[in-house]
Amino acid sequence: MDSSLRQPAPALKRRAHLTVAQLRALRIAGWTLLGGVFVLPVLWVLFMAPTTGKFATTFGSAVHDPKDFVITVVNGVTAAGLYFVVASGFTLIFGLMRVVNMAHGAFFLFGGYVALRLQRNMVGEGSVFGLTSSQVSLTNWVVPALAGTAVIAGMGLVMQQLFLRWNQGQDLRQALITIAISIILADQMLAHFGGVAEDIAWPGTFDKFVNLHVAGIQYTLTRLVILAIAVGIGLLLWVWLKRTRTGMVIRAGVDDRAMVSALGINIQLTFAIAFVVGSALAGLGGVIGGSFAGLAPGVDANWLLYSLVVVIIGGMGSLGGAAIGALLLGLTSNFSAAYLPSDYTYYSIIFTFVLVAVVLAVRPLGLFGRPA
Amino acid sequence: VRIAVTPDRIVGVVALVFAAVAPAILSAYWVGALLTQMMFLGIVAASLIFLSAYGGMVSLAQVAIYGIAGFVLGNATTTGNTKGMNLGWNPWLGVVVGIAIAVAVGLLFGALASRSVGIYFLMITLTYSVIANLFFGQVTSVSGFGGISGIPTPGIVGSPDAHPNRLYYISFVTALLIYAALRYIVRTPFGLTLQGLRDDPIRMASLGYNVVLHRTIAFGFSALVAAIGGVLFVWWNAHIDPASIDLTATIDVLVIAVIGGLYRLEGAWLGALFFVIINNYSQRIGFIGPRFHTLIGAIFLVIVLVSPGGLIGLWERAVDLFSGRRRDPLDRTPIELGQAEPSV
Repeated sequence: MDSSLRQPAPALKRRAHLTVAQLRALRIAGWTLLGGVFVLPVLWVLFMAPTTGKFATTFGSAVHDPKDFVITVVNGVTAAGLYFVVASGFTLIFGLMRVVNMAHGAFFLFGGYVALRLQRNMVGEGSVFGLTSSQVSLTNWVVPALAGTAVIAGMGLVMQQLFLRWNQGQDLRQALITIAISIILADQMLAHFGGVAEDIAWPGTFDKFVNLHVAGIQYTLTRLVILAIAVGIGLLLWVWLKRTRTGMVIRAGVDDRAMVSALGINIQLTFAIAFVVGSALAGLGGVIGGSFAGLAPGVDANWLLYSLVVVIIGGMGSLGGAAIGALLLGLTSNFSAAYLPSDYTYYSIIFTFVLVAVVLAVRPLGLFGRPA
Repeated sequence: VRIAVTPDRIVGVVALVFAAVAPAILSAYWVGALLTQMMFLGIVAASLIFLSAYGGMVSLAQVAIYGIAGFVLGNATTTGNTKGMNLGWNPWLGVVVGIAIAVAVGLLFGALASRSVGIYFLMITLTYSVIANLFFGQVTSVSGFGGISGIPTPGIVGSPDAHPNRLYYISFVTALLIYAALRYIVRTPFGLTLQGLRDDPIRMASLGYNVVLHRTIAFGFSALVAAIGGVLFVWWNAHIDPASIDLTATIDVLVIAVIGGLYRLEGAWLGALFFVIINNYSQRIGFIGPRFHTLIGAIFLVIVLVSPGGLIGLWERAVDLFSGRRRDPLDRTPIELGQAEPSV
């Protein structure tokens, strides 16, 4: 054996020789660096962003243009709502069963397509650009939304019962199974729904502007509806997990599956319920996302990415973590798109990576993550 | 030194001889399109199998790294693309810079993900992969959706269309060298430490090994292998765009590695050969037609459900059956193992 590799790890060795004061200095330097990563962008957005010159931004700093700053904040928060709806399903399934459902993105897209086809069946195909909101009543949106959610809930149940139930604990194998299903689903969706991007039409009831009564901003109601749905779902999930018997069993199952099972509780039933709810949230997310941003091949990959980022930064299996993660992702993506210098806005995707990187560097299990 | 004759070695020698004389017996299409593709896809899959078999890390970032090498090479060596940097450098300089940047990114990725293992590692590397795809799709100064076309090869390689055998033999020799290097590395103290970390990271950490550093270096090394695969891909294809590294491409390499078995390096090329042949010939089957991914997804599903050791696992079972050897029931493939520790 090469003896040099058996030496104590460099980090440990270095620390052993450091005085307490030096250690403190190192720690302060680390936190300063980390603070810089957060503080600099905040200063930039609030005071520094110019409107002219080489680094001109679209809006300029928040002090210069408070109205667009507020709009960006609200955009970020409403986008976070949708991220939360999708990611909470992902984290619910993971938290209880340690199943990473890689088909979550495909479920999202399929839920959206089910609702889209049903809406077109109810209302008609519309023009080449699809339907407009004036042609769509509230029922013509709500019924497809419920149908899309229900279909995906059933699909998740079938997948869990057929493929995942018998190999519990083999988490890599389960992830690979869901990947296989997502490959098949994505290819079949391409075959049946084509490669053209399509939108589910919002109902006319939602598709209008409302006065926010802040700096006279007229804001799209649809985004506020998304936020309301997300908050509603968050509250329902919270009440369900904290205040009902099923929720109690689920929380106990997260902590100690074997003990819950030994107490005579049907843990398989609980697993099935959690999988149905988690998948349903992917389907509902797909309907909302399909109305908000459209459906196309490849969209499944983006939404799988958003779910992963939210749970990685929030901590896997934590509902509160998903909310915080969604908020961070929503604000980061909206602010980087709005406040990067106009010539560089296409770099905004980098900030999603930076967000993941910074959180992983500080907390490998995410902000609210706990060891299994 | 006597070398024992085992079924594995017989098959290996036959495969090598066949690969060496393939241009003499197979059509130019088979060599230029299928076997060359098998070689570089096998290299990328081998970088993944190396990580999973010896480091316990199933990475989905290999295709992103392969793409980074390819995009850097494309930007460095081309001129006259509407998007991209059009630097027009010497093709060899482009190769060196491409591989260097890909390895640097690989080390960064590795350093960030190395404190997680198992399913967490899979998720984190998947985010890298999708972000890399979106990055090259959005940032028009390096690519944009159209990608980079007309990427030149060095003089010795020549045009893959005019001289398919040259690129084939270069890919073949590169694959052999990479296979030999990986086999060597896993026997070095570094490789043994890596396997120790895979089996019991907590014990290794308490013995004084730096877990994160070893994992990061292993990831950087696998990035080197994947980047070489990316260079060969770009030489072969003369074009790279974000779709070359999208989620489908990422999963394709995972499928190749899993079909190969995910625990023996040889499986990478076996899986790649299987994948390339199915991809090429399934289109001729009437009811499948363009639905190649449904077929490969179904095959992948069956393999994961029935034979987690992939094709190599089936082969080993067959050999055991004929030789009457019993395998230890605890000797399980990486796919069947659960991951108890999410992080160290």
